[in-house]
Amino acid sequence: MPVITYVQHDGAEHRVTLPVGVSLMQGAISNNVPGIDADCGGACACATCHVYVDPAWMGRVGERGAMEASMLDFAEGVRETSRLACQIKIADEHDGLIVRLPEAQH
Amino acid sequence: MADGSVHQSARDRAYSSTDRVGRCRDQRTSVRTTALAYFERLRAEDPVHYCANSVFGPYWSITRYNDIMAVDINHQVFSSEAALGGIAILDQGADLRLPMFIAMDPPKHDQQRKVVSPAVSPANLERLEPLIRERACAILDALPRGETFDWVDRVSIELTTQMLATLFDFPFEQRRKLTWWSDVGSCIPGPGQVVETEEQKLAELMECLVAFTELWNQRVNAPPTGDLISMLAHGEATRNMSPEEYLGNLILLIVGGNDTTRNSISGSLYALSKNPDQFAKLRANPELIPSMVSETIRWQTPLAHMRRTALEDIEFQGKTIRKGDKVVMWYVSGNRDDAVIDNPNAFIIDRERPRTHMSFGYGIHRCVGNRLAEMQLRVIWEEILKRFPVIEVMGEPDRVPSPFVKGYLNLPVRIPA
Ligand code: FES
Repeated sequence: MPVITYVQHDGAEHRVTLPVGVSLMQGAISNNVPGIDADCGGACACATCHVYVDPAWMGRVGERGAMEASMLDFAEGVRETSRLACQIKIADEHDGLIVRLPEAQH
Repeated sequence: MADGSVHQSARDRAYSSTDRVGRCRDQRTSVRTTALAYFERLRAEDPVHYCANSVFGPYWSITRYNDIMAVDINHQVFSSEAALGGIAILDQGADLRLPMFIAMDPPKHDQQRKVVSPAVSPANLERLEPLIRERACAILDALPRGETFDWVDRVSIELTTQMLATLFDFPFEQRRKLTWWSDVGSCIPGPGQVVETEEQKLAELMECLVAFTELWNQRVNAPPTGDLISMLAHGEATRNMSPEEYLGNLILLIVGGNDTTRNSISGSLYALSKNPDQFAKLRANPELIPSMVSETIRWQTPLAHMRRTALEDIEFQGKTIRKGDKVVMWYVSGNRDDAVIDNPNAFIIDRERPRTHMSFGYGIHRCVGNRLAEMQLRVIWEEILKRFPVIEVMGEPDRVPSPFVKGYLNLPVRIPA
């Protein structure tokens, strides 16, 4: 199963093993990784699961969907590597993926 | 459990008189305890319900959490456009059709929203927090002891109005005008309401526009500052707004930044006093304040609904919603849907996922000021707990007579000497 690393804003790292098929957001919530609110429960409707994907991994997490892009349009501190964690489904090829969390979800 | 538990008699009525269901006559006056029984029945028996005939004309009621979310995020089909009727169950009258970004679709909505969102950015909120705390302390320290006073007037209105005056850089001594315009802006004119006729409402709002036009003219001729008026006056997408559009966005910011937080501040004290076990839990563990704040915002649902207009025919949960139909998303009902929220009628300050609620809406119109609202509530409660070991609610509050704003006109409270 893929191992994912969530890096907090203060640098603290959480390494978790996730089953294929769950979302990057669910993976954080079910492992008590702090820093992701996920108010809408993964419906791409709140933008409180904002993460920055490590640049080296950008090619392997796919592209933002249309709804995701419009939600990110209103989020804080959005960069090119910004994604909504509920919209990334964990696959085998994500083993080793690193994502960073913003200072706070807004 | 007050508002939480549906009174048995109201529940019986809801289940016995089919013609009242969905017609939601209660909604004409206010979203009361009793209305929750009608929503409970709608969720169970007809969650996407067409009401052919009401004082607001025909409309659909969407009452389940997940259905509301589906409508809220489908802005391509369910429009917020003011010209189609806007965002509330009462259509915006032709003479009083105020364009505001909440009542716009993309791309205009997106551009205008982005002009004001820096005001509630994390950096700005951090800057504001000490000021909010200072003001909260001053308000609390000035409260009388050993006598009954109105919590709504002395605390809820005072704190939110001071905050709003700060965000606008509005003349501080005149800040209660903001409260007044907020009440006027969100009211449906009629006998016994803050204004009785559409003409009166228009006249009051024009006064608001005049006052704010003066501020606009000051700000537009000065370098940009961090206040909302300056942001609008200098913002690319807003600096050429028509007066109606300016007024519309002002009313949006005033109501959005005032009514909702005000009623959540009152609601939090009311809910805690009705649930002494929860109050005790909070006192024993102030770290629960943020979660209590989220639970209050769910339980209170300060805006009972938002409305959309269908832009095309659409099949939705087995019903056909037609182009042009009015679609009302009852957040107040979604927040009581036990398919998503465990034991939803209870007020539980340490729920597992207290942020799972729809009071801020979902999708591109999700409340832009939600973090500011949460912060104001958190700060006032941090300071309350430091000061007052006992606050007694002395009687039942009067409710705001509105199907849109779910709130309190007053709340009699006493702090022992
Ligand atoms: S959880 Fe709400 S957008 Fe991802």
